[in-house]
Amino acid sequence: MRYYLEFEKPIEELELKIEELRRISDGKDINLSSEVKKLEKKVKDLRTEIFSKLTPWQKTLLARHPDRPYTLDYIPLITEEFVELHGDRRYADDKAVVGGLASMGGNPVVIIGHQKGRGTKERIRRNFGQPHPEGYRKALRLMQLAEKFKRPVITFIDTPGAYPGLGAEERGQAEAIAVNLMEMSRLRVPIISVVIGEGGSGGALALSVGDRLYMLENAVYSVISPEGCAAILLRKEGDLSPEDFSKAADALRLTAGDLLGFRIIDDIIPEPTGGAHRSIEQTAKSISDKILEALEELRPKAPGKLVEERYKRLKRIGSFLGE
Amino acid sequence: MAWFKKTKDIKADKKVKIPEGLWVKCDSCREIIYRKEIDRNLKICPKCNYHFRISARERIKLLVDEGSFVEMDAGLSSDDPLDFRDKISYRDRMEENRVRSGLDEAALYGEATIEGHPVIVVIMDFSFMGGSMGSVVGEKVVRAAEAGIETRRPLITVASSGGARMQEGMFSLMQMARVSAAIGRLTDNGILYLSVLADPTFGGVTASFAMLGDIIIAEPRSLIGFAGPRVIEQTIKQQLPEDFQRAEFLLERGFIDTIVDRKDLKKTVSRIIELLA
Repeated sequence: MRYYLEFEKPIEELELKIEELRRISDGKDINLSSEVKKLEKKVKDLRTEIFSKLTPWQKTLLARHPDRPYTLDYIPLITEEFVELHGDRRYADDKAVVGGLASMGGNPVVIIGHQKGRGTKERIRRNFGQPHPEGYRKALRLMQLAEKFKRPVITFIDTPGAYPGLGAEERGQAEAIAVNLMEMSRLRVPIISVVIGEGGSGGALALSVGDRLYMLENAVYSVISPEGCAAILLRKEGDLSPEDFSKAADALRLTAGDLLGFRIIDDIIPEPTGGAHRSIEQTAKSISDKILEALEELRPKAPGKLVEERYKRLKRIGSFLGE
Repeated sequence: MAWFKKTKDIKADKKVKIPEGLWVKCDSCREIIYRKEIDRNLKICPKCNYHFRISARERIKLLVDEGSFVEMDAGLSSDDPLDFRDKISYRDRMEENRVRSGLDEAALYGEATIEGHPVIVVIMDFSFMGGSMGSVVGEKVVRAAEAGIETRRPLITVASSGGARMQEGMFSLMQMARVSAAIGRLTDNGILYLSVLADPTFGGVTASFAMLGDIIIAEPRSLIGFAGPRVIEQTIKQQLPEDFQRAEFLLERGFIDTIVDRKDLKKTVSRIIELLA
């Protein structure tokens, strides 16, 4: 069963109709193929139309779509080899962050990413993709391993944010995030990050400081969730409506297009019409092409130059008046 | 002891009419205290030693040698990159905050001396938009760090902030990365960085420069954390322990070096500089 978002309902209707016609004509004399073809054309046009003008809130929902591919869905499609590694060597293995050694188009790399789960049990096991401090520390350990063996680091960003829990605070999640930001800014190997779904605030940033930052077309990246923003702005809780969230999502400018305009990201990676989950192979190919292209650009740079350029990239992100 | 605490809580829950300005309720122990008594005592609660929030100007008076502070880049102001508006526009909100706080932004920085030691200081002020970090605060921290490297002076920051400034969206989030990168350069250059945490320090400020000090000092009973206590309570659906996210809690768990009373801060900072820088 495919999962449809509210704004996809007209598409769902047509697709169900097509399926039904196919079932009726299957094994029978009646030939409905011309009818099916007509409907298929119609659904394609409809999909193009709906997806060409998604609102920021609709994109947020699409970025959180339950069928949306996650880090571990992409890895087998973009690598020839992958050895998963676990644990932060301090406290635990955070299941919301995965990582390991991989080969991409013949390039040995280290891949790290947030990981959400599919299905209730797996979702809980992955803590809905919300890392604890151990997740950031595990990521940092793998990055330092990459640095030691001069391997580029690829990170996939897909998290609602850091986990707001007692244990996470007790074990210093602020410190863990801060250390990642600092260490990533001066890691002496290339770092390429792709926001594949939700870029949720500090929990996302802690894995995405690097030399290149890309976003999938329908991914979002924000300092606060539209829900959180709406709750603060409207100063009410519990009875917020989708319209409130939609307004907040507009105000936050969290889409790939907005952030490319601000020069906070470097490029947008296209998705198939209807979203990444409509063809994960196609999306994976686009991601892989982009990463390999960036690797080519970054590989010749000496570590010192790489770190210097990274600092300059970061330094220009700000918007203020005055000297 | 627990019995005594309970009676205190009951007392605090009773609605007491307080004449405006004369009496103050302590944010920490909820005792009602004569304001002048607090002012005389460096804005410290005489009952529980909670350190009340103080303005950046007051902080400068307490921390650096008299008349030694020279503010740098005071004129920086946010450009409202998102064209953000809620009930009122971000520009109007900033103006409102400027008038109310008498400050241009949530942080100021400059050079000063502490018991004769030349330093660069960044002081945050919670009264300007909750001490939130947007492009200007980020830029000031970066410039302060670079000034520290250039002049080989230790960098001292005093944090007091609700976190990243929502109204500047991703520009604010990216400031966390920018300031952390700048602090990394201090380490590369062997410059001492001392971070002071004042009540409250949260979110993107804790998760960037505030937690990256070579030495981290907190004021007694100040609240320090990443996620706010209310958000955590909603998530885990249980009451948090009494001292949760207090400076003492962080000290116990190994995340800060020491807790220092306001009246001893200058002396302590000076001593650390003498021993390290």
